[in-house]
Amino acid sequence: MSSRSDVAGRLRPWSDVALPALTGVAMLTAILFVFVVVPDEKVQGVVQRIFYFHVHLAWMAFGGFVFVAATSAWYLRTGSRVADRYAEANAEVGLLFTTLVLITGPLWARPIWGVYWTWDPRLTMTVVLWAIYAAYLMLRRLGNGDETILRYAAVLGIVGVLDIPLLIIAVRLWRGIHPAVMLSDDPEAGLRDPTMIWGVILSGIALGLLFAWLVSLRARFAAIDDQLALRALESERR
Amino acid sequence: MSGLGFLAMAYTAIWVAFFFYLMSLGRRARRLEQEIETLRAAKER
Repeated sequence: MSSRSDVAGRLRPWSDVALPALTGVAMLTAILFVFVVVPDEKVQGVVQRIFYFHVHLAWMAFGGFVFVAATSAWYLRTGSRVADRYAEANAEVGLLFTTLVLITGPLWARPIWGVYWTWDPRLTMTVVLWAIYAAYLMLRRLGNGDETILRYAAVLGIVGVLDIPLLIIAVRLWRGIHPAVMLSDDPEAGLRDPTMIWGVILSGIALGLLFAWLVSLRARFAAIDDQLALRALESERR
Repeated sequence: MSGLGFLAMAYTAIWVAFFFYLMSLGRRARRLEQEIETLRAAKER
């Protein structure tokens, strides 16, 4: 009977043991802070606690897509399979995080705005970002490893990242209604309690570690997939 | 629904999504294991 470490080869102390363990501890600590330690925000009440994860899900996704652009540029320049695998892994995990941003956002909006969704510039740009990287992954799947398609996808991965600065400045540029989540002009509202700041920091660390762990797993499976395809090709030639 | 209900739904969605993604990675790992076994068997023949 084979174990999971058979697929990955030898057990790697950092990515197989330390990273998942650290992620678990950080996540439990973050959840404890978000649900038990931090007080309710004065204006939004209990529903504001959604933002401790919502905001970091968005930032981690943005970071992942910036990484997609950087590794795609590296792939276009050098043809490196490692760069391409990391681009795909970051796009997939980034898309998962963006999907969760698009789910948790409306669940916050309904009790605060009275509607689940409005075509506010920032919300619209987030949907556009999601669609770009969903198209990037679909293009790769349809290409089925074709080098030309992978290069087209890499270009899309680079172009897509241009949506992020637009998304960030959208609130100011087009006067959208999406709130400046963490800071408020009201001296009594926003993150006024020090434990709230800790809640923000800890949830950021937890989601950052989770993102890194998922990307490392995904990239590793892609590397094994590549090796298997190569071996299968070699044995066919013999 | 109360604010608490929306909060519960948001965090449930987050954990369910992460759980299913990890499950899908597990399925990929099992598929790769099977492919490795097939290649090993072919090599030994």
